[in-house]
Parts: sequence; structure tokens; C-alpha cells
Amino acid sequence: MSILIDRNSRVMTQGITGKTGQFHTRMCRDYANGKACFVAGVNPRKPGEDFEGIPVYATVKEAKQQTGANVSVIYVPPPFAAAAIDEAVEAELDLVICITEGIPVRDMIRSRYKMQDKKTRLIGPNCPGIITPDEIKIGIMPGYIHKKGRIGVVSRSGTLTYEAVAQLMAFGLGQSTCIGIGGDPVNGLKHLDVMQLFNNDDETDAVLMVGEIGGSDEEDCARWMKENMRKPVVGFIAGVTAPPGKRMGHAGAIISGGKGTAQEKLEVMESCGIKITRNPAEMGKLLKSVL
Amino acid sequence: MKIHEYQAKAILQKYGVVTPKGIVSFSVDEAVNAAKQLGGELWAVKAQIYAGGRGKGGGVKVARSLDEVRQQAGDILGMRLVTHQTGPEGQVVHRLFIEQGVKIEKEFYVGMVVDRRQQRVCLMASSEGGMDIEKVAAETPDKIYKVFIDPITGLSLQQAEDIAKKIGIPMQCMSQAVALLQGLYRAFDDTDASLLEINPLGLVAGDQVMALDAKLNFDDNALFRHPEIVALRDLDEEDPVEIEASKHELSYIPLDGNIGCLVNGAGLAMATMDIIKLYGGNPANFLDVGGGATAEKVTEAFKLMLRNSKLQAILVNIFGGIMKCDVIAQGVVAAAREVQLTVPLVVRLEGTNVDLGKKILTDSGLPIISADNMADAAQKVVNAARIH
Repeated sequence: MSILIDRNSRVMTQGITGKTGQFHTRMCRDYANGKACFVAGVNPRKPGEDFEGIPVYATVKEAKQQTGANVSVIYVPPPFAAAAIDEAVEAELDLVICITEGIPVRDMIRSRYKMQDKKTRLIGPNCPGIITPDEIKIGIMPGYIHKKGRIGVVSRSGTLTYEAVAQLMAFGLGQSTCIGIGGDPVNGLKHLDVMQLFNNDDETDAVLMVGEIGGSDEEDCARWMKENMRKPVVGFIAGVTAPPGKRMGHAGAIISGGKGTAQEKLEVMESCGIKITRNPAEMGKLLKSVL
Repeated sequence: MKIHEYQAKAILQKYGVVTPKGIVSFSVDEAVNAAKQLGGELWAVKAQIYAGGRGKGGGVKVARSLDEVRQQAGDILGMRLVTHQTGPEGQVVHRLFIEQGVKIEKEFYVGMVVDRRQQRVCLMASSEGGMDIEKVAAETPDKIYKVFIDPITGLSLQQAEDIAKKIGIPMQCMSQAVALLQGLYRAFDDTDASLLEINPLGLVAGDQVMALDAKLNFDDNALFRHPEIVALRDLDEEDPVEIEASKHELSYIPLDGNIGCLVNGAGLAMATMDIIKLYGGNPANFLDVGGGATAEKVTEAFKLMLRNSKLQAILVNIFGGIMKCDVIAQGVVAAAREVQLTVPLVVRLEGTNVDLGKKILTDSGLPIISADNMADAAQKVVNAARIH
């Protein structure tokens, strides 16, 4: 087992007709079992059309009914992306992955509110997506840098996750599933949620956790792990040198009111028994050392 | 995005929030005229800069005559106001807000932010107004009360009343305070604010509850639907380098060090700064060129970094995924030629088409120092900066 997605997932693309949606749907379809996995697209103005053989439906509900898709990936532009999430939640999909960057926080607060008591899980927004190597890739990460294996990766970043994966690969360590949970302040799955899934996954032996400044998700996760985690976890937090009060690229990467510093996160993680490194070049090496 | 106090108050007034009467002024004469127009015998002369801590820095004065208004306006206008939020270089004051003076009997604190854990807007209030709220939070956290707001129903009457009582708003002012708090939340929600602070909220003579100061920041991602707020932007208050960067859709933040770094992705960019520091150097900036960097974008990024006279070396760290290393390498070569680079340049490429990318760098004939991984790159750039 991997977590959240595998070769049996059936995926629809919301925003399949846009440039980004087309490009990445093609890349995902060409990866591993992508041809069988990517079964539908959604665009309310273009129902009945198809994208290179993938049928386009007017609504998420219809795409689900017609194709059995249980997962959606969203490339819809920011002003409309929260509504796209809402639609997928309403249609009771299992999982929604929102790649879109730049969604207003106010919209996300409302979308998260509507998700209460609903079955749908959300990854993102403002994230690279999720990959179960050699089975299925949903998102914008380069597929070829990954290989199937037994290490879980959870991260708030994009390219820093690729860097972490490349370091794992240098030690011959493949991955069970890699998830980018995104850089926004209000989002779906947190480090903690993903860690719980990895904890219960028979095919994950250890987890690499990559965080960054802002919020307290990493601390929350660390405190839970202290009591509950049965597998080794190593961590890195980006932004030890980030100045307070400045947004470092990601909407959620900001030290405000003295809270959310990398230093504080690293200290909490260490105190909860997680092996950390302050050197981003040694994430792979550290993970290797705990196996 | 940030705005000035007088602009924030104008927005809040539309939501029924009471503030002292005030007029913005751009010159000493305008300030004196404003005071005359406001009438009375007491005025506040307030520097309008985005940074907080204006009072302590000498940017807020009380005047008891028009002569004093003239004198204080003259002192403050054009001064380089240094506060704990401006940094040591300070911020030049170009605008004043002249307000009718009020007799303050008690000061409270009210703030709103998005709480990431609850995923809702959090209203915070304290009886300890006028003080640095971070200090209150650190020293007497039990004096800060919090309530989380339902995004659909808004701040309820009950919640507003509860919190007003807790911070000690007198009963005779309760309905006013409730209306004010609810108005603040409606303003926050309607304008896509990211932070709102009323510090202090004043109880003034005559049992009136008033916002004596106002700070309002907005979610940059929502500005597309608020042209009226974008129109308030004051470019004098922003770092010209950051303005230039935003024109090219580059995320750039200047820092104190001497090693420039150009990276794709915010997380990797922070990690690159961190590793420079770890190997004994000091990053000169945060710079994320994003996922779709073109040769032009890379050139602009180099130009931004080179504006910094302290710059001693540059590190380019790219993990090519969708963005191919050969494309980046071409951009780097073109940029290095165009800007006639005078500082050492270390380039670390990894990912898609990395070999092709490295070959382009080597074949360029430029003195580019190639690095194999992040640690190697950091060591090389720190060394290069030292001997340059």
C-alpha cells in the first residue's frame, strides 16, 4: 500500500483545457499507469469535447458518474479555484489536489468551512501535488526523479521536495508516496494528517519531513509523533535565515509576532525525538542513518 | 499590501467604526489649515508611515495650539523616522494625519488575524491597550482574549459582548463596543484583510469608544478584486528594489549579507540562504524566480542582485523539474554577458537536462564556477566571496 493514491485511483482534471492543465495532464498521463488513471476533464463551457482522448464534462458530478473518477486535480486560475474545490467536495470525491497558487485566504477559509463533516480530503492549494512512484503521479513534480521504495516524504515546498527526493535517490532510497502539502496559510492536509497516514502504511518504513517558517503545523505534528509515531522520522526546516515580518515567496512562509521561526520548530521537533538537520544538503544522509 | 492609518480609518468609518475626526496633510501649511478646520484646542500630529512604533520614534505628537501644530508638523514632515519596524535606516515621512485631540480615559487592544490552526479569523482583545501587544503576549498572556469567527455568520452579538466584557468595557458603552467590533470584522472580511489592529481602542471622555489608531493589511492574492484598495498603494513606502522585482514577477527580499542567491522555488530559496549561512557566509537576498523562469527573467534577477553595492558573489541554485536546466543555463549565460558580471558566479544545476545545462555553462567561456550539490555550491560561493 501507498497512501492516498495508487494505480487504482481514477483522476479528473478540473481546468483541463487551460495551458497548465493540458501540459500537466499530458505529463501525468504519460507517467507509469497514467493512461488508465486519468479518465476525465471538467470545463463547464466545453462539455462533450475531449483532450487528447480524455473526455471533458460540464461538472465534477457528471465526470464522476460517467467515469467513476474518485480523485480530482485542480489547475483552475486563482479567482475560481476555491469554487472548484467546493464542487469536488460537493460531489463527494475521495481526494482533491489543488495545484493553483494565489487563492485568496478568505476563499480558502470558506472552502475549508464547507469541508467540515465531508469525506473529501484536500491537498494544497499552492502545492506540487502527490506521487506514488512507478504507479501514479498527480501534480507538477518531475516524475523521473522518483523511484518506488519505502520512504515517505511530506513537505510544504516544491523544488525543495525534489531536492530531498534526489538526495534520497543518491542513497538508493525509493519512496512510498511523496506529498507536497503546499505553502498557503489555510490549506487541506497538514504535516500531522499525512504523518498519521504514513504511520499506518505497511509500505512506509521511515518519513522525511520538510517544513518551513510560518504557522505551527510542524510543531503540532512533532508533539503528536512523540507519543504515537512508530517509525523513524527525520526533518529539515527551511528559513533559519529568513527575516521576521517578510513573506518568503509562499503566502504562508512568514514569521509574524515572533511566531513560526525555523529555530522554534527545530527545537520542538528535537525535543519530541525527531532527528533534525540544519543542513539542507544532508536530508538524505540523515534519513539513511536512521534506517 | 499595507496602507496608511488615515486610509484605514476612512475604510473602517464606512463600517460604523468611530474614530476621531482627522485630515491628511502633505505640507506644514496644510497641517495648520487642517487643525483650524477641525477646531478645538487639542490636536494629534501623526506621521503617516506603514511601520508601527511611530510614537516611540517621535512621529506622533500632541499640540495645544496652532503654533505647536506648525512646529511639530515641521519637525515630523520630512524626518527620517526610525522605529523598531523600519530598521536602522528609518522611513522618510511624507504625509501627516492631523486629528482632533481626545481625552483618553482608558486604552484597549483589538486585533484580527487569520488563525492557521483554526482556519478562521481570530479576534484578539486585551485590556492592555497602547502597549506593544507582542510584549503583552509574552509577559501576561492571560490578559489576551481570543475568539474565532464563523465565516458564514460572522462575529456574533454574543461573541462581541463576551469579549468586550472580558477586557473591561464599561456597561454603558457595551452596545457601542459591540457595534464597533462587528463593524471591524465586516470590514476585515469585505476587504480581504490579512491583519487589522486597533491599538489603542480608546474609551474617551463622554463614554465614547473610538479607534484611536488603525492598521489594516490586505491579502495580496485578493487584490485583483479590490481596485479601490490597490489605488491606495503608496510607492514611497516600499523598497524600490521590491517594486522592480514585482514588475518582473520575481519574489525578491533584500537581506544584510554579501552573497546573492538566485533560486527556483521559495522553499529551496530559503534552504539556499540557510546553507550559505551554515558554511560561514551571509546571504544578500531571498530571490525566487518561480517555476516559469525565462532568460529575460533571469537577466532581470541578476540586475536586481547587482544593485546591491555590498555584493561579493552570486550563487545560482536551480532544481530543474518542469523548468529545464539547459534553458536556465542559457539564461544565466545571457544574463552574465549582458550585465558584465564583476563578482564570482557559482552555479549549481540539478534535474532535467542537467548535463546539457552544465555543458552550456562550460562552453560559454565565462568564468563560471560549477558546483555539484548544495553543500559544494555553498562552500564554493562562501570561499569566492571571501577572496573577491
